[in-house]
Amino acid sequence: MNTMAILLSAFVIAVIGLMFFIWTQRRELISTNREAAESIFGAGEIGAIEDPASTRTSRAAMQEERQSDGIVSKVDPKEIEERIDADRSSASVALLMMSFAAAWLLAGSFFGLISSIKLNAPDWLSGALWLTFGVTRTLHLNIVAYGWAPMACLGCTIWMLPRLLKTTLIGSGYAMLGACVWNLSLLLGLIGIANGYNTGLEWLEIPTPIALGIVVGGALIAMPLVFTLANRKATHLYVSVWYISAALFWFPVLLLAAKLPIHFGIEQATMNWWFGHNVLGLFYTPLSLACIYYLLPKIIGRPVENYNLSLVGFWTLAFFYGQVGGHHLIGSPVPGWLINLSIVQSVMMIVPVAAFTINQHLTMRGHFRLLVHSPTLRFIVFGGMMYTLSSVHGSMEALRSINTITHFTHFTVAHAHLGLYGFVTMVMFGAFYFIMPRIRGYEWPFPKLIALHFWLVVLGFALYFIALSWAGFLQGMMMLDASRPFIDSVVVTQVGLIGRSIGGAVMTLGHIVFVGHFLLMLLHRGPQRDQAALLWRDYMPTHAVVTTSN
Amino acid sequence: MNNEIKLLFGSSFMLSIAVSALVVLPFTEFSKIEAPKGLRQYTQQELRGRQVYIENECMACHSQQPRSRSQAPDFERGWGRAPVAADYYYDKPVLLGTMRTGPDLFNIAARQPSQDWQLGHLYQPRAYAAESIMPNFQHLFVLKEHAETHDKIVNLPPAYAPRQGVVVAGQQALDLVAYLMALDHTYPVDDAPTIGQIPASLPSASK
Repeated sequence: MNTMAILLSAFVIAVIGLMFFIWTQRRELISTNREAAESIFGAGEIGAIEDPASTRTSRAAMQEERQSDGIVSKVDPKEIEERIDADRSSASVALLMMSFAAAWLLAGSFFGLISSIKLNAPDWLSGALWLTFGVTRTLHLNIVAYGWAPMACLGCTIWMLPRLLKTTLIGSGYAMLGACVWNLSLLLGLIGIANGYNTGLEWLEIPTPIALGIVVGGALIAMPLVFTLANRKATHLYVSVWYISAALFWFPVLLLAAKLPIHFGIEQATMNWWFGHNVLGLFYTPLSLACIYYLLPKIIGRPVENYNLSLVGFWTLAFFYGQVGGHHLIGSPVPGWLINLSIVQSVMMIVPVAAFTINQHLTMRGHFRLLVHSPTLRFIVFGGMMYTLSSVHGSMEALRSINTITHFTHFTVAHAHLGLYGFVTMVMFGAFYFIMPRIRGYEWPFPKLIALHFWLVVLGFALYFIALSWAGFLQGMMMLDASRPFIDSVVVTQVGLIGRSIGGAVMTLGHIVFVGHFLLMLLHRGPQRDQAALLWRDYMPTHAVVTTSN
Repeated sequence: MNNEIKLLFGSSFMLSIAVSALVVLPFTEFSKIEAPKGLRQYTQQELRGRQVYIENECMACHSQQPRSRSQAPDFERGWGRAPVAADYYYDKPVLLGTMRTGPDLFNIAARQPSQDWQLGHLYQPRAYAAESIMPNFQHLFVLKEHAETHDKIVNLPPAYAPRQGVVVAGQQALDLVAYLMALDHTYPVDDAPTIGQIPASLPSASK
């Protein structure tokens, strides 16, 4: 039997096994499709829009849009009281993590921008180890990969947990301790990298003893999940809970396994990309999807259209994504079967992505006009679209013919940003705008800044992505042309790299707007807008409740 | 708790499949590998230089894995044959690299064996390749009035030499160049070459 036949039969068996697995999981997790999808809504809440970040007029316009569907909502006050209790229990821990995230976002942007400019002006800011391109780039990567992205994802999802489980968050102290341990370790790790303490493995640069602090922090942050699950009042575990639970379990295991001092040679390279890809696919991605699956239906007041599809999406993501890392090693001396396996599973990623995309589209169908009014929805829908795009983009890049051009070039960097920025970061911006008013009990002081932020980051990112992909593609083509000297592949990227720096600068400007607004929100400065965002006023204009949250 | 247990079981199961395929199987497969006869161990100085390479994140721009002739013209560029797993026997950690903002360095010693060139190029890459975007590594060098007896003076093209004094290579720069001078994998490998792999030898004209 030849290799192709073995591979093909193993693949068919794996897919049949996976389908069987999903079927066994299905039996109890989903009894009735509708009921499960509606479990995140209170009685009579479907049809009521919810966007704490939009203005009173926008909100009224959104609600009118929904009412034209003929659905009238009347929410049970008791449900709202319970949700207020849930929000209060998670407020401090979520706020702590989100504040860390905002600080890291700024730091990460600056190091990213410095690195980018250095590729056009190599002698700018030189003369010290920590200012050299490789180091500023590594600092940028570690700040966004271990600072901004996880703190934002964890902060937002931990806030959702008590709502999803219809109880209060239990054990938030563990998570606060965990967040402090995590961020302290990260800071130490960054200081280490800036001074030359560096493991030499991409995505795993932070020295091992310090990285163990992040493992411990991650495990501590998962504790409230365990306690809260044990005390849940929700009978059904909503799809977001699966994503959150799996991600919180996977992350410490991933990092711990990667840091075991047993890896060697080429095995270390396969481990490196097993980790590097799974931290994206089994940590940031599920947490961001958890946010979309909760927030999108809440904002438009409409349950997920096809709930069964979200279950298929979850398990196929877990199965396929875990094995795709090998496509980073096409052309290197790893066994052929491993490369082939990773390429096949990379292409199979189309399954979970299609499941999500179809679901998002069907849920939004007929309601795209709400995007005009809701800033939160804009970020989240844009992020969801970028998930689809980045995943299909990634599947294509894993194909040998395309990989030969794009591997080793800036094209890959553009792809990484499509996933971690276009998707994860955009969704997190939307989640921040939704969650902060619920935590603080008042509204964003300057709604116009939210729109400004959106357009700065979207336009900046579009320029970033297009310029860098173009530069990377040309670079790859030049490198494959043996008649051209290598330096041509450097020179040809220069224009695109300038475009990337400009795009990156515009994104950074957007982040300054965002973090500035976040600080005003945190400190309760600026115009005091506390009319419409509060839950009880949203639903019960006559209900006189004294504000006690905060 | 039934659903939670299912979820935990399911997610562990999925992760363990991935670990088996990408970590455990390569682990057992490569444990048997022995160093090729032509590959020697790094010296202490080369190992220190390798550390300087890691500290300065040279792998952010340089790969150490030429692709096979069937895939890309890496061999024609003088970067050498496609590597086998055993070539990395002494590499801890492995430094394959994921970017080629600069050229592949797997055989840089065979391609550019001059210590003077390497030192000068690290001090100011644009003195040797005007369009290079490599950072300068001047923090690995010292500017002195007069060189002392044991100092290694860096000979620079006049346009890039300091107006006064001499540029002396620091210990880290010397170590780094020693490491680069050890990157020579032009020896033949015994393993049956995998598809498209060509036995070792370098073309005389390097690009």
